[in-house]
Amino acid sequence: MSTLTSTAAKPKQNERRVTIARAMAEAVAQEMRIDPRVFVMGEDIGQLGGVYGNTRGLIEEFGPERVRDTPISETAFMGAAVGAASDGMRPVVELMFVDFFGVCFDAIYNLMAKNIYFSGGEVKVPVVLMTSTGGGYSDGGQHSQCLYGTFAHLPGMKVVCPSNAYDAKGLMVTAIRDDSPVIYMYHKSLQGMGWLGTEPAATVNVPEETYSIPFGKAAVVREGNDVTIVGVAMGVHNGLKAADKLAAQGISAEVIDLRTLVPLDRDTVFNSVKKTGRLIVVDEDYQSFGLSGEIIATVAERDLSVLKASPQRVAYPDIPIPFARPMEQFALPNPDKIVEAFHAMKRT
Amino acid sequence: MQPTRDQKVWMYENMLVSRFLEETIEQIYLEGKKPVFNMANGPIPGEMHLSNGQEPCAVGVCAHLKPEDVVTGTHRPHHIAVAKGVNLRKMVAEIFGKKTGLSGGRGGHMHLFDANVNFACSGIIGQGMGPAVGAALSRKMQKKPGVAVAYIGEGAVNQGAFHEAMNLAAVWKLPFICVIEDNQWGISVAKSASTAVKDNSIRAQAYGVPGYLVKGNDPCEIFRVAGECIERARRGEGPSLIEIETSRLAGHFMGDAEGYRPKGELDALRARDPIPAMKARLMAEDGMKQEENDAIVARARAKVDDAIQFGRESPYAQPEEALEKVFA
Ligand SMILES: Cc1ncc(C[n+]2csc(CCOP(=O)(O)OP(=O)(O)O)c2C)c(N)n1
Repeated sequence: MSTLTSTAAKPKQNERRVTIARAMAEAVAQEMRIDPRVFVMGEDIGQLGGVYGNTRGLIEEFGPERVRDTPISETAFMGAAVGAASDGMRPVVELMFVDFFGVCFDAIYNLMAKNIYFSGGEVKVPVVLMTSTGGGYSDGGQHSQCLYGTFAHLPGMKVVCPSNAYDAKGLMVTAIRDDSPVIYMYHKSLQGMGWLGTEPAATVNVPEETYSIPFGKAAVVREGNDVTIVGVAMGVHNGLKAADKLAAQGISAEVIDLRTLVPLDRDTVFNSVKKTGRLIVVDEDYQSFGLSGEIIATVAERDLSVLKASPQRVAYPDIPIPFARPMEQFALPNPDKIVEAFHAMKRT
Repeated sequence: MQPTRDQKVWMYENMLVSRFLEETIEQIYLEGKKPVFNMANGPIPGEMHLSNGQEPCAVGVCAHLKPEDVVTGTHRPHHIAVAKGVNLRKMVAEIFGKKTGLSGGRGGHMHLFDANVNFACSGIIGQGMGPAVGAALSRKMQKKPGVAVAYIGEGAVNQGAFHEAMNLAAVWKLPFICVIEDNQWGISVAKSASTAVKDNSIRAQAYGVPGYLVKGNDPCEIFRVAGECIERARRGEGPSLIEIETSRLAGHFMGDAEGYRPKGELDALRARDPIPAMKARLMAEDGMKQEENDAIVARARAKVDDAIQFGRESPYAQPEEALEKVFA
């Protein structure tokens, strides 16, 4: 069994269990109650409650003035989020699928991400951009990507990727209270929406009261001694399942949930690898020039001698995501690939 | 410009093919998804956007097009693909994700490409505008015949790509037609809540091109207006814009509970289903007898059955084939 080692308040036993979708909506609602500057906009986030349920109940409580369905005009409303944020509001804005960033990226990486710097810190940009990631349900190559590396690569955006509802709530509160732009990336198959074949382990105990989880603090979600498995979002669940399989073979794996990519908790990763001597990075984003390379570089740069074997990565191959189930499942990371990576590593 | 009897029959038959296809896909899509609806399961997984009700937009325009003419479709592409003459067997196989599909299963239902009839579609809203304008440009530069048509939804008109591409097509006087399928909904958001003007055809004025509004979801009226626009484009007189009031008889995608639809709307739309209306019209105006109708229906049904059987029975590609075809 995995244990949730959080740096924030630990969930109590027998607490209600909540999906990531509900945890996100709850965090946003609680912040909206105490801060009139917080408002939400995006496509189908009003009456529909968000395609992935993460704004459910908001329009009923706060009304259409603060919960705004937008036209399908991402360039306009992303730019508007930047302008409103710098003018005293705190927008929480939804990009329905991260894949759609293409139509509005200028507002994101050239404005949202840079205006603080360009103004010498005079201007604040407290935007939370929530966006769905991930595939595995045959939605094709424009509706299944993760693109973690793309957002984490470009400076000026904090990047959050929760793997469970407890973190989802606490990280959302921190995101809304942050004066810098935060890209909040939630994985569709962790949302607790049955129609997306949800991962049950993402639905966990969540306190009703508000709490925050600091950015830049990874969680060691399972302790072990022989190998460190690092991931985010679905990668954490794949890592935990692989750890179970490895345990059955007598191998003790430590699993790290990075929780935020920017800022990145390099110390927790390094200290774990120092202990285990072995590193596997799991990433549902494309393999090259991304998260997996960054994590391996983090260890290699600091002290190569802690490694007993060459690090391995289990990431998405550098191909557009195919529609057909056999091809998509072949390309996705999974627990067996992580176990194989461990054995491949031992042979080197 | 009125359709001939043959053209009317062609439109009717293609509307039927499209509708039978959607109805069959709907049934197969639900296989493996009951009692628990999980999009990942069943012989046809993923999102499924059906075009029931929007068939007139496809046939009324495509009746004027030749294989050499270029069409870009939307995330809701089946009716347009059928009318443009996309290989139905390969299209259905692609929807199943099979090796015999248009792209061997790499694309899926939102990414249908048939180079033989110059059809393509994609899943990002407004995305087809640029490529259609580019194809029109290419024809002009190469002095080759052919026009390009971009289909988009009324929701997509609020996307920047629409405005930029319209202006480009107009300033370069390209053989391009933008067809807006106004089904009143962008997922759960009504046109009235998303769009500052009631009628998108007036936006044509912003680009100095002719704009038309076609009401009634009537294939013959669409045929008439599209014919003028396409002839104009073929004469080298530049682009035009058509907004068609149509109806979405299905959910946004399969699994959509449609809680946002006002009560009674769907029943009212169903009562104005364009397919029985076309049948009645052929009978009243063109002397179609029940026998001829039955033959048309049977032909359409057989075409769909054949394609479905082909798609179902075809094998999947080998998983490793996912790694192929990234580059030309
Ligand atoms: C750029 C972009 N934003 C959002 C979406 C999600 N989305 C898919 S279909 C759709 C509604 C489109 O409405 P409309 O253009 O009217 O076409 P319809 O679905 O009614 O056929 C939306 C918002 C998308 N695919 N691309």
